[in-house]
Amino acid sequence: MTEGNESRVTAVTSAMVTEPLTDPVPSAPPRSQWVDVWAQFRHHRGAFAGLIVFMTIILGVFLGPLLYAQDAQYVPTGRDFLRLKDMRPAYMLLWDSGVKAEWAHPLGTDNIGRDTLARLMQGGQVSITVGLAAMLLSLFLGTLIGTMAGYFRKLDGPLMRLTDLFLALPLLPLLLVTVLLFREPLKQAFGPEGGIFVLIVFIVGVTSWMQTARIVRGDVLALKEREFVLAAQSIGTRSGKMVIRHILPNVLSPIMVSATLGIATAIITESALSFLGFGFPPDFPTWGRLLNDAVDRMTLFPERAIFPGVLISLTVLSVNYMGDGLRDALDPRIRGR
Amino acid sequence: MLTYTIRRLVLAIPTLMFISLVIFLLLELAPGDPMAQVPLTVPPEVKERMREALGLGEPLHVRFVKWLYQFFVIEPAVFIDTMFGTDWAEGQQRVISWQTRSPVMEIVVQRLPQTLTVVGLAYLVGVLIALPIGIYSAYKQYSVFDQAGTFISMVGFSVPPFFSGVLVIVIFSVQLGWLPSIYDTTLTVNSWETFWQQVRQMVMPVMVLALQTTAQISRFMRASMLDNLNQDYVRTARAKGLSEATVVLIHVLRNSMIPVITVIALGVPAIFGGAIITEQVFKVNGIGQLLITAIEANDLPMVHTLTFIFAVLIVTFNLIADVLYGVLDPRIRYD
Repeated sequence: MTEGNESRVTAVTSAMVTEPLTDPVPSAPPRSQWVDVWAQFRHHRGAFAGLIVFMTIILGVFLGPLLYAQDAQYVPTGRDFLRLKDMRPAYMLLWDSGVKAEWAHPLGTDNIGRDTLARLMQGGQVSITVGLAAMLLSLFLGTLIGTMAGYFRKLDGPLMRLTDLFLALPLLPLLLVTVLLFREPLKQAFGPEGGIFVLIVFIVGVTSWMQTARIVRGDVLALKEREFVLAAQSIGTRSGKMVIRHILPNVLSPIMVSATLGIATAIITESALSFLGFGFPPDFPTWGRLLNDAVDRMTLFPERAIFPGVLISLTVLSVNYMGDGLRDALDPRIRGR
Repeated sequence: MLTYTIRRLVLAIPTLMFISLVIFLLLELAPGDPMAQVPLTVPPEVKERMREALGLGEPLHVRFVKWLYQFFVIEPAVFIDTMFGTDWAEGQQRVISWQTRSPVMEIVVQRLPQTLTVVGLAYLVGVLIALPIGIYSAYKQYSVFDQAGTFISMVGFSVPPFFSGVLVIVIFSVQLGWLPSIYDTTLTVNSWETFWQQVRQMVMPVMVLALQTTAQISRFMRASMLDNLNQDYVRTARAKGLSEATVVLIHVLRNSMIPVITVIALGVPAIFGGAIITEQVFKVNGIGQLLITAIEANDLPMVHTLTFIFAVLIVTFNLIADVLYGVLDPRIRYD
């Protein structure tokens, strides 16, 4: 027995003596899906630039105050007030030595002597936090309603009618009315800044989930018919587990794309509300608020309007480019081309 | 097609009623009191009578139904009266503004022309600029023009109107002094000089609104053209020896316009919403500005009516878009 076996083995090896039998070894280590996505994302020049700009703005806004030790809320009094108010940006000294500016306040001060750069940083923290929080809320609602509508046939009709109804609401007027109505009670509950923060995050989140819900519903409807869902059903997976383990991971990519675009919408909506005077209180800077404050004295100090405006636009632009790149990177049909 | 349209129209009515109810209930929570400005020397029973005169004494559902009746029956009757000189609405109670104590619709009619000229013209300009850009960037995909067009429309998406408005004011009014920064609505156009003045004051608001329209619609136009340019019928048309202009501008363009036209229809209510901000920036006293002042002054009937008008616009244009899609594309069958 063993002899016969051995002889057969030797026969095989002698036949292949020039080419020893080996398993094919892959030349590169296996790549996960996310490595592929990242590679494709880096390939998209606009998206990568957007990521860098967005990260720079976030770092500057959140870590900047650690390096730049000016208090955004400090209002000078007496002689200091006269010395410090209405400073122009320091770079204007380069071509005009007579201008009222100091390198200690690189972007100047406002009409009561608060440092513009420090206010921009603090305003950015608020604007970006509002944007992220509102995006998370709208994403949560959109995903919840989208999966419910797509997965449970009975809920599909009512939930989609609800979505259509929300899409037919005139949002900006309603946002303004809601802010006006609930500003006072929430101010008493959470304090002047906290109340408005909760209110704005809530109303922006509640009025922007519809697109996500529609996209998610469509994808869930398609996924529900796939074999792996049937297989999971046949081993007795319950609905809750099914959604969390099998459905949600597969609709992650449209959700991520709407997440990036959601940040942009939320930041713009918050700034628009602040700009119309329905946002945060006047002494609490956000980018929209700073822009609104600057408009009245725009003829004399155009830079005060331009800095926050450019920051809003840059943030939104970079986020939009990121969304664009992410959409390409997450689409397996485009990836690898 | 007709049954579909009728079905949609019938469906639109409960939607609008529901939206109106939502707005009404929201406003019901409003903390303001229309009697707050009345002097304290006025005795309480007189105040109560004044309150009733504003229609506030009655329970919620009665007031809501009354508002519906006023908006859907009396206001159209007034409209017909002024058009044809009849007297259907004689002596009927109209929707009254708390601010001015005059009918809400009268003020809206006064403000509407400003909004319509600025917003309507902006939309038209935006669409007219967007279509050629979209067509050309699809035809020369990945060319320098296309890349630049993509970038500019990204910027158009990202720069909010309250910043682009301020920016053009800084550049063209403050630095260059070419254009007035405030829209003068008292200007009556009766000579070439005033016409020129009107044109100059409309340039900036129209530009700001048109930038956004252009950004969106040129992207749609490009995507739609790209979908069609690779189709078999295009190759057939070229093989027949048709000129390139005929192929692109007649065969491809006509097919690509179908989704674009619905997008254009869908964008109309959105641009009214965006105009609220633009009107605020350029101090145009249109309906957007009217809404803001009404909200600030707690003028609830005015806010309710204006918000509802916006809702009607959205629902109507959604309907128009859906019906147009079916009319233009014979492949779509709704029934």
